[in-house]
Amino acid sequence: MIAGQAVTALSIVLILVGVFFHFASAIGILRMPDFYTRCHAAGVMDTLGALLILGGIVLYIGWQLVVVKIVLIFVFLSIVNPTVCHALQRAALRSGLKPWPERRGGAE
Amino acid sequence: MNRFFLAVALALSAVVLTYIYRAIKGPTVFDRVVGLNSIGTKAIIMLVLVGLMYQRVDMFVDICLGYAVLNLVSALAVTKYLERSAARK
Repeated sequence: MIAGQAVTALSIVLILVGVFFHFASAIGILRMPDFYTRCHAAGVMDTLGALLILGGIVLYIGWQLVVVKIVLIFVFLSIVNPTVCHALQRAALRSGLKPWPERRGGAE
Repeated sequence: MNRFFLAVALALSAVVLTYIYRAIKGPTVFDRVVGLNSIGTKAIIMLVLVGLMYQRVDMFVDICLGYAVLNLVSALAVTKYLERSAARK
């Protein structure tokens, strides 16, 4: 019984740390001065938050077929998020959006 | 335990509010795409949590997989359009 409670406690801790990273990405996307830094903040911390929360859920569920699908979701997310972030920033750079330090005016 | 998942889902929806604010206010159109893409990722996580609450995880996980692919395709399509229209300008 102790092992069962330990696993549930560990999954709760993982989920809480995941929520913390989601809040960090919310702060990042609000406070960052420029598009590039915002996109970096959101893209990176989303993936990590997703990893932790899905890991916590996998621990809580125990071993089932669903766990394989949840791991698949996470692998897909960890491939998708950086890709979209990169594509976005390249499109922004191509369309002439200057990064923050180069615009003497600073934040809009 | 269900209440804990509900609390986590509500916390995530609070985070989504900041993304909605960024999507609305975002000075450049790329900020809006970032906001919407992040909302999509949050929706995936919340879907899995809701699936846990209803004890029918396998159905919701399939929905999440479909939505993740949809989110990718739409984000890349918008990015490709923005890149092309910027080049024409």
